[in-house]
Amino acid sequence: MATRDTDWDGVRLHVVTGKGGTGKTTVAGALALALATAGKKVLLMEVEGRQGIAQLFDVPPLPYEERRVAVGPGGTDGAGGDVFALVADPESALLEYLEMFYGMRHAGTALTRLGVIDFATTIAPGLRDVLLTGKAAEAVRRKDRSRGRVYDAVVMDAPPTGRIGRFLNVSAEVSDLARVGPIRGHADTVQSVIRSPQTVVHFVTVLEEMPVQETLDGIAELKTLDGIRAGGIMINMARPLELSPDQLRKAAAGRLDQHQLALGLKAAGLDDGENLAVALAVELSQQAKTAIAQRELQDRLAAAGQPCYELPWINGSIGLGGLYRLAAALRQQRAA
Amino acid sequence: MTGQAAPHLDVDRLIDDRRTRIIVCCGSGGVGKTTTAAAIGLRAAEHGRRVVVLTVDPARRLAQSMGLTSLDNTPRLVHGLAPGTGHADGGNGTAGGGSLHAMMLDMKRTFDEIVEAHADPDRAAQILANPFYQSLSSSFAGTQEYMAMEKLGQLRRAEEWDLIVVDTPPSRSALDFLDAPQRLARFLDGRLIRLLTAPAKVGGRAYLKMLNAGFGMVTGVLTKILGTQMLKDVQTFVSALDTMFGGFRERAEYTYQLLRTPGTSFLVIAAPEADALREASYFVERLGQERMPLAGLILNKVQQLPAAHLSAARSLAAAEVLQSAASTAAKDRPDAAATSLAMVALRSHADHMEQASVQRRLAEAFSAAHPLVPVAEVPAQPEDVHDLDGLRAIGQAFGPG
Repeated sequence: MATRDTDWDGVRLHVVTGKGGTGKTTVAGALALALATAGKKVLLMEVEGRQGIAQLFDVPPLPYEERRVAVGPGGTDGAGGDVFALVADPESALLEYLEMFYGMRHAGTALTRLGVIDFATTIAPGLRDVLLTGKAAEAVRRKDRSRGRVYDAVVMDAPPTGRIGRFLNVSAEVSDLARVGPIRGHADTVQSVIRSPQTVVHFVTVLEEMPVQETLDGIAELKTLDGIRAGGIMINMARPLELSPDQLRKAAAGRLDQHQLALGLKAAGLDDGENLAVALAVELSQQAKTAIAQRELQDRLAAAGQPCYELPWINGSIGLGGLYRLAAALRQQRAA
Repeated sequence: MTGQAAPHLDVDRLIDDRRTRIIVCCGSGGVGKTTTAAAIGLRAAEHGRRVVVLTVDPARRLAQSMGLTSLDNTPRLVHGLAPGTGHADGGNGTAGGGSLHAMMLDMKRTFDEIVEAHADPDRAAQILANPFYQSLSSSFAGTQEYMAMEKLGQLRRAEEWDLIVVDTPPSRSALDFLDAPQRLARFLDGRLIRLLTAPAKVGGRAYLKMLNAGFGMVTGVLTKILGTQMLKDVQTFVSALDTMFGGFRERAEYTYQLLRTPGTSFLVIAAPEADALREASYFVERLGQERMPLAGLILNKVQQLPAAHLSAARSLAAAEVLQSAASTAAKDRPDAAATSLAMVALRSHADHMEQASVQRRLAEAFSAAHPLVPVAEVPAQPEDVHDLDGLRAIGQAFGPG
């Protein structure tokens, strides 16, 4: 397959964040699909335990285990890559580490029953984060027997924008935790992955004030965290209105030429063109107001200096078909 | 637009009823909860109520429009009310005379104040300086919900307002608001945290007994993964806090009970989207189990189209007629402009009609499952609401319908 430049060549860990309600999980899923082209293996990881990936790909709830959930879009040669999914929870991740470093599988089970694991991750929120980002870093670094990478890319459906800085800034988070020992060493490894050019943080937003503001705040916050890189801004549910700037302004001000609109409607064979034109002009006026407000928000996003991508509005539930559509849009705009 | 089964939710009746003292707005994130809470507060104030709106995370411009510039736990008087625009006098002749205060929750400050209220100054200072307390009060999952509840209790006790409208913290699940405070209280009062502090407290035989019960292993593992310093911080925190445990529980319990009193009403806020309505369903069911008074569902962002009599199918077909006419015939200019304008209008209309039909299906599904829950629909607003006029526009959906 011919190599094709994308905006994120060389990136292997795509962290996807966004305010609640912006479609973060959907976009993470679409990105994973978009990256899973011929022969590639992509891991899509969920860390907030709500089985969003299972719903998205319409499969039964996923365990703490990597499972294939979809096949990437095929190229000209027909074959697509593979999307694997993993639902990572801190408790399973911690048990995995206890077993790895202390051989404590059975003790671990007892500790779970006593609520110790839950207690530990509760009093030290940083511990949760290290365990979850750690799982992602491990997947990024994992090699198979022939010393090749197991996954070409890992896409993480990460916590929302308001928490993303803290979530990724693991070294600061664990400064309160054990200063030596496996968790500490582990945190250092995680940092070496997260603060490398292999990792970027994408922001999913819709064109409304709150999510746009949070996106800008989030990008600004990452800049204060040395070495954590902002990626693209994924503008989800974009519904452009195809009017010229002049028409937009007129429509928003309620000064659209209704006579002209009525003529057009009559030409389309709609009788009662006059009354219909009045009603449709009201609709257009509302939509134009929305479009103008969105235009301003888009300009503010563009000024952040990160590449912006638009994902089309899809009515109703996204479905697998919708996901492929979004994946295609991402590829077309070279986000993947 | 919902199925015939859904009774109409008359928010005005709720806010005009003087017995209503607390309105809790809950729902999942991104559904317009804060805006709804502010709109209800404004409308109630303009109907003559003395209202305070407790918000957690308002959009910047909306906050500014209400005179809120920072998280400072201080109710600020909102200027620019139009008293007398409301028709209600609550049945006791107090038309006008309403007022609106708004405040943003500062959860750390609220927590600090509880500590200061329940411990002597030395001990309070000791707790406030403890590193574990600092992370607990600023980043512990559930602290925000707990403190919102706590603040609600404080506002209620203050008796300065006759209506409190609460906007619950942004969380994925609407249930967090109910569960988080008790979870936190349980945690602070829990077995393991007791165990950790036990050596310092009981010592001797009891300590040895616990060793047998695997206590050594527990602390061993905790030390391995959390480090000695962290555990020491937790231990000193817990022993400093010991006298306050009862206080914590009592306060959480008091507020929880407050939510069950007749003067409290819950409004579930949702957008006509699958996820939001699923959360709304969970919440409605949960309120039922807890015997908490649900007033109804407010459905935001509903597409209400003036040309709704033109179906999506007809609209698209008409756009296609224009499309083929435009591509086959060379048109003179004014006609071409009319054609393209009509095409945009028809396609956009069809698109929004399709959205409206999906919304209707989702709303009907909700009402089929919860036929007794009254529903009020708020039309989709063309722009983000960021001034009092915008809030008033939303309030228009709150009438008897």
